Amino acid sequence: MDILQYGFIQNAIMAGILASIACGIIGSLVVVNRIVFISGGIAHTAYGGVGLAFFLGISPLLGAGFFAVVAAVVMALITLNNKQRADTVIGAMWAFGMAFGIILVDLTPGYGVDLMSYLFGSILAVPDTDLVFMAVLDAVIIIYILAYYRQIHAVSFDTEYAASMGVRTGLVYTVMLVMCALAVVLLIRVVGLILIIAMLTIPPFIAERWSASLKKMMVISSLLSLVFTLAGLYCSYVFNLTSGASIIAVSSVSFFFFITYDKLSKSFKNKLA
Amino acid sequence: MSDKNIVVSVRNLNFAYGSQEVLRDVSFDIAGGEFLTVIGPNGGGKSTLLKILLGILKADSGDIKIFGQRPGISKKVGYVPQNVTAGRGFPITVEEAALMGRMLVKGGRTKPEDREFIRGVLDELQILNVAKNRMDDLSGGQRQRVLMARALASEPELLFLDEPASSVDMEGQVRIYDLLAKLNKKMTVVVVSHDLTIIPKYATSVACVSKTLHKHDEAEVTHDMLHEAYGVTPEMQEDCPLELIAHGHPHRVLKEHD
Repeated sequence: MDILQYGFIQNAIMAGILASIACGIIGSLVVVNRIVFISGGIAHTAYGGVGLAFFLGISPLLGAGFFAVVAAVVMALITLNNKQRADTVIGAMWAFGMAFGIILVDLTPGYGVDLMSYLFGSILAVPDTDLVFMAVLDAVIIIYILAYYRQIHAVSFDTEYAASMGVRTGLVYTVMLVMCALAVVLLIRVVGLILIIAMLTIPPFIAERWSASLKKMMVISSLLSLVFTLAGLYCSYVFNLTSGASIIAVSSVSFFFFITYDKLSKSFKNKLA
Repeated sequence: MSDKNIVVSVRNLNFAYGSQEVLRDVSFDIAGGEFLTVIGPNGGGKSTLLKILLGILKADSGDIKIFGQRPGISKKVGYVPQNVTAGRGFPITVEEAALMGRMLVKGGRTKPEDREFIRGVLDELQILNVAKNRMDDLSGGQRQRVLMARALASEPELLFLDEPASSVDMEGQVRIYDLLAKLNKKMTVVVVSHDLTIIPKYATSVACVSKTLHKHDEAEVTHDMLHEAYGVTPEMQEDCPLELIAHGHPHRVLKEHD
C-alpha cells in the first residue's frame, strides 16, 4: 500500500470515486433509456470544446462542458422532433466535434499539450482544482436525481404513460441528456472522451441484472465503477500502462466474464428445468 | 343520455399528422358506466383518438371535455397502454410499477397507506403473490395486469385501455376481460381493440373509427359496423363468416378456408 502515500495517487482515487458516482447514476439512465449512441455522440462532440478551450486559452474542461451541454440540447431536440433521422445527425455531430477540436488545436499557437490525456484520460494527473470541479458536477447530478427521480423513473419506464399523467416528458428527456453531458465532463479526466462510452454502459449493464429497482441499479453501478476504476488504476501503476485504457480493459474483461457467466448459468438452469 | 351523466364529450374533433388527415369531424359522448369498445383498421385513428382524450396529443380543432374539463392530468382518468416503452430488463418490481400510478398523481413522499392501497389493488387483480418480483419475471397476462394496477392506483372513474389483451394467450384474454367487466361495475371503461369477439360479451357500446367515427349504443357486431370500420361488405362476409373474428383489417387469406 506504499502507493497510497503519493499525492497524485490520492487525487486519482478521489477522482475515481467522484467519477464513479456520476457513472453509476447517469450510466444507469443511459442503459435503461437505450441512449448509448447519443451519449457517445455527446462525448465526442465535447472534443470540439477541448480544442476551442486551447485556442482561447481557457480551461479545457470548461470548453468541453459547454460543447457537451449544447450538443446534448441539440440532440434532445432532434430526437424528440425527428426520431427517424436522429442517428444521422448525431453521427455527423460526433465527427464534427472531433474534427473541429483537432483543427483548433492545430491552429493554437505554441501548442504543446498532450492531446492523448483528453482522449484517453489522465487520472494520475488530476489537479486539486479539477477535483473541486468534479465534486460540484457530482453534487448537481445528485440533486437532480433526488429532486426529479419520480419523473425520470416514469419517463424511462413508460414515456407515453408518463405524458398521460402530466409529466413533461420532453423536458425530462432534455435535462437527462444535459446531465449526461455533465457526466461526460466528469469522466474526461478518468478515462478520456473516447472511452467514456464504456464506463457509462458496462457497470450499469452488469448492475441491471442484479437490481430490482432503478435506485439499486444506480448504487450497484456506482460501486462497480469504483471497483473497475481502482483495479484499472492499480494495473496502470504496476505495469506502467495508460490509466484510462487500463480502467476500460478491466471493465471490458469483467463485462465478458459476466456475459459468459450469465449465458452459462442460464443454459444450465434451462437444462435442469 | 342526460348531460349530467356524460363523462366524455367530443364535438367536431379534427386531427392531422402534418398533411395526413387522421380524424375528421368526430363527435360522440360517453356516459358514466359505459363499456365502450373502439374498433377500426390499423391507421384508422383509434390510438390517436385515445391520445387526444388523454391529453398526450392536442386536437387541431374541436371541443373535448373529460368530466367537464379539457383533457390533461386528472386523478379521475386511468390509462393502460398496450406496452411500456422500456425494453425487457428494466429493473422494476410489480409493486413499484403500480405505485408509480399513485404517486405521479398524488405527489409527495410514499406513505405506508399508499403501499397498503397498492397491495389491495394487486390483490384484486390477483397478482399480490408476485408483488416483489421483477416485471421481467412475469407472463404477458401478468404484465398487463400490472399495467392495469398502475392505472387503478389513482382510483380513476374512467379507464382507457389500448389493446389490453393483444400480447396475451386466450386464457389470459378471458381473465383480463372478466376483470374489466368487474371494474365496469364501478367505473366507465373504454377499450381500443381489434378483437371483435369481446363486443357481445362485455361491451355496452361500440365506436367504429376509420377517420370518421360512428358510435352504436348496442353490444353486437353488425354488417354496418364492419362496413363503417373496415369497409367490409355483407357479400364479403358471406364468402367467409370467420371475418367476424379477424384481427385488424379483414384478411383475404381466410377465403381459402371454404
